[in-house]
Amino acid sequence: MSRQSVAKAHQKIQELSWEPAYHEPVSHYGTDYTFRKAKKKDPLKQVLRSYFPMEEEKDNRVYGAQDGAIRGNMFRQVQQRWMEWQKLFLSIIPLPEISAARAMPLLFRTVPNPELHNGQAIQMIDEVRHSTIQQNLKRLYMNNYIDPAGFNSSLRGFQNDYAGTIGRQFAEGFITGDAITAASIYLTIVAETAFTNTLFVAMPGEAAANGDYLLPTVFHSVQSDESRHISNGYATLLMALSDESNHQLLARDLRYAWWNNHCVVDAAIGTFIEYGTKDRRKDRESYAEMWRRWIYDDYYRSYLVPLEKYGLEIPHDLIEESWNRIWNKGYVHEVAQFFATGWIANYWRIDPMTDEDFEWFEHKYPGWYDKYGAWWENYNRLSVPNGHKPIAFEDVDYVYPHRCWTCMVPCLIREDMVMDEVDGQWRTYCSEPCHWTDKVAFRPTYQGRQTPNMGKLIGSREWETLYHNWNFADIVKDMGFVRDDGNTLTAQPHLDLDPKKMWTLEHLRRCPPFPSPNVTLNEMTEAEREAFRADYVRQGPAGRPAPAS
Amino acid sequence: MTTTQERSVPKPAFTDAEAGARTFPDSEARRFNYFSSAKRKQSHYEDVTVEVQPDPRHYLSQGWIYGFADGRGGYPLDWTALKAWGQDRPEPVRSPGSGGAGYEWPAHGWHEFRDPNEEWEQTIYRNSSNVVRQLNQNIDAARQSKAFEQWNPNWVDFVARHVGAWMHVDHGLGLYLFANANRRGPTNMHNTALAVNSTHRIRSAQDLALYNLTLSEEIDAFDGGAHVQAWSSDPAWQGVREVAEQLTSTWDWAEAVFATNLVFEPLVGELFRSNLVQQAAPANGDFITPTLIGAEEYDYAERDLRCTKAMFAPMVSDREFAEHNTGILQSWLQSWLPRCLEVARTLQPLWSQPDAKPPRFEDGLDRAKSRFTAIVSELSLRVPKELNQ
Ligand SMILES: [Fe+2]
Ligand SMILES: [Fe+2]
Repeated sequence: MSRQSVAKAHQKIQELSWEPAYHEPVSHYGTDYTFRKAKKKDPLKQVLRSYFPMEEEKDNRVYGAQDGAIRGNMFRQVQQRWMEWQKLFLSIIPLPEISAARAMPLLFRTVPNPELHNGQAIQMIDEVRHSTIQQNLKRLYMNNYIDPAGFNSSLRGFQNDYAGTIGRQFAEGFITGDAITAASIYLTIVAETAFTNTLFVAMPGEAAANGDYLLPTVFHSVQSDESRHISNGYATLLMALSDESNHQLLARDLRYAWWNNHCVVDAAIGTFIEYGTKDRRKDRESYAEMWRRWIYDDYYRSYLVPLEKYGLEIPHDLIEESWNRIWNKGYVHEVAQFFATGWIANYWRIDPMTDEDFEWFEHKYPGWYDKYGAWWENYNRLSVPNGHKPIAFEDVDYVYPHRCWTCMVPCLIREDMVMDEVDGQWRTYCSEPCHWTDKVAFRPTYQGRQTPNMGKLIGSREWETLYHNWNFADIVKDMGFVRDDGNTLTAQPHLDLDPKKMWTLEHLRRCPPFPSPNVTLNEMTEAEREAFRADYVRQGPAGRPAPAS
Repeated sequence: MTTTQERSVPKPAFTDAEAGARTFPDSEARRFNYFSSAKRKQSHYEDVTVEVQPDPRHYLSQGWIYGFADGRGGYPLDWTALKAWGQDRPEPVRSPGSGGAGYEWPAHGWHEFRDPNEEWEQTIYRNSSNVVRQLNQNIDAARQSKAFEQWNPNWVDFVARHVGAWMHVDHGLGLYLFANANRRGPTNMHNTALAVNSTHRIRSAQDLALYNLTLSEEIDAFDGGAHVQAWSSDPAWQGVREVAEQLTSTWDWAEAVFATNLVFEPLVGELFRSNLVQQAAPANGDFITPTLIGAEEYDYAERDLRCTKAMFAPMVSDREFAEHNTGILQSWLQSWLPRCLEVARTLQPLWSQPDAKPPRFEDGLDRAKSRFTAIVSELSLRVPKELNQ
């Protein structure tokens, strides 16, 4: 089609919508935002006549590459260290994708501009594409990679493991609560516009460096749809900004969405990229460097800041603090260490770090070795069962952390932990913004204003509660993370597939019961609780116990 | 002399990490093991859709973590009045030391639904691309051979007004009913099938709109805006419009889908498309419009209807709620049949508009009724007596 006919075609399809004369479409979702009905341009300018063949062509390239990879024996060159983390990543990501599809109708009635609905419907189809193309990639890995365990139990693992629950925020956050908070601010303005760059561009680069060129093929193809979604979000945001009564809510939602995305996405993707790679070239970018470029410069400086003049209140303090957590407070390192500490609760294997890794970390994050080196040496020493317990039950100068009630990542930057009684329960939070999210933002009033449509944080948010005082062998069996001999664990703290070197349920039987930190906290007297808090904030880095005072 | 600087690129390494390289527990376990398939072998479609949307009744041990203002999250089963076996058992309660296990998979009957069309991304793009390619070729060929000049004068007006009016039905139902329903169903298989149904309708709407644009360019007497006027004020279309709007206003997602695909489509959609446009076009010199309308007929009859029957048939024979569901479906038939039948009759004036007349309206309506009767009987439901009044 010529450019002129694209414009005309697009103009024509605007004639499709009509004002209801007899019955309004059902209104299933609410928002506390207000939108004025005004003629708008569809930001997408996409008609299905050209959309379908374009996507089919992209698909053909993806599936062609997959055939080629198998014919070319790609898996002979794939790093297991990398592939193991894909068991976690690819268990999570199909749900966020499909949830984005499900989120689109939240905007139909709440943003009363039919010009935008065409773009939202196309996004819905895109997201069905993303979810199933990613499931398909995982299936290919399961069929062709040496160790299918964890891929084969993928969606069960995702549903019943704490790591999957952390990831689920990046999905359930799109589809519940205030429709605009969820489907516009959290999903399109923050998750898609800011964080898909690290997900879908940084991750594939690292995959390729580890011998896997299928992840890049699939995820670049996914990312090429993303710019359309970003335009959808931008158009809605500008409309929201045009009504001043929305500014307070926009400020709230941007704070919440920014901080939650940082907590969740930087924890996961940061770990995959820094600890899941074998590529230790000194000139390859660290996650911190990528973050600075894509999120800080491209998103914050180039996308968000220019919106300030339209009245958008930008959470500068939280963006700076996210960077501070990544660069000075070791956020990604603390998370990776926690994942490795808790390897027994996982459904993937975690490779120990070697001297070459240490050198790279020290080069990229000066001071890393003093903080984390000794712990990873212990991890290495304890990785093959030899009469000792898993590292979580051995004395390696590590205090098992409490979980953040909001983002559900543990409170790893110990000095930032906030403890408070909220909704009649003592809760811990990784940071003040997470405390604020639960106590202030997700409530039916906000700064004296009624916010009856705001969502709620629900669920059994501390995973450890479910297994309070269980033996870990029973926990792992309950979750189903056992291999087909009925005894060997799916997870392992090393990559050696020699059955004699693999951990089994029997090894776990010898461990003491595992108490829930939150249940324990709530059983304490007031004095004990205050002593706990005072001690906790003096712990770390790297989970070290507080120094004797 | 040249100096070559070593480029910094990752070094490939031989890792031998391919399937079968070693034997160890699970080394042969290459099957998604968290669901059981409908047939003996797990299908590719099942592998990419089943369980993507979690459920606290089986594996989702920590429950939904975000809720609406009323504290409910995820995909509540009571978003429809229909019920599937097992759903009345209380949701597993997780508390200190409870463990994470819920009911054994699937925990309730909703998870047994499979889309017989096995739609996922590859099929969506393959099928839809084939349709748009085919239609574009047909229209191009017609333009080049000046086929539009063969049309009877009244037929030009008929296509502009009435075929054009149908695009609004497709658009409204595609967006506000089917796309809306993709957030409402209880499983990923339901919602993905509903999203696909939505893409069919939205594509059909756009097909008709862009065809209308081409005709405005090709035929001098063609009024490209007549469809808007027909839709908003032609009395023959106001009934269709009212019932289409009423369908989109339906709160219960299953009722909306049931009423659209099993009542409205056979009695109104197929009546208009198959029994009017397809029959009248050739005699009026038009061999192109039937290819567009035929593409939509095919999507409906061969895919969406097939899928909808597979969605509702198990409800009627549900091992726990067959009676309950039959009563509900029967009551939906009872409320939607008279509306749709009445609307079908309001379309009658259209039959007299083309120069070359199509078969009689009553014959077309009879065919639509027997089509409807066959669908209802296949689901073991009773045909309401109003059908023949
Ligand atoms: Fe996506
Ligand atoms: Fe947090």
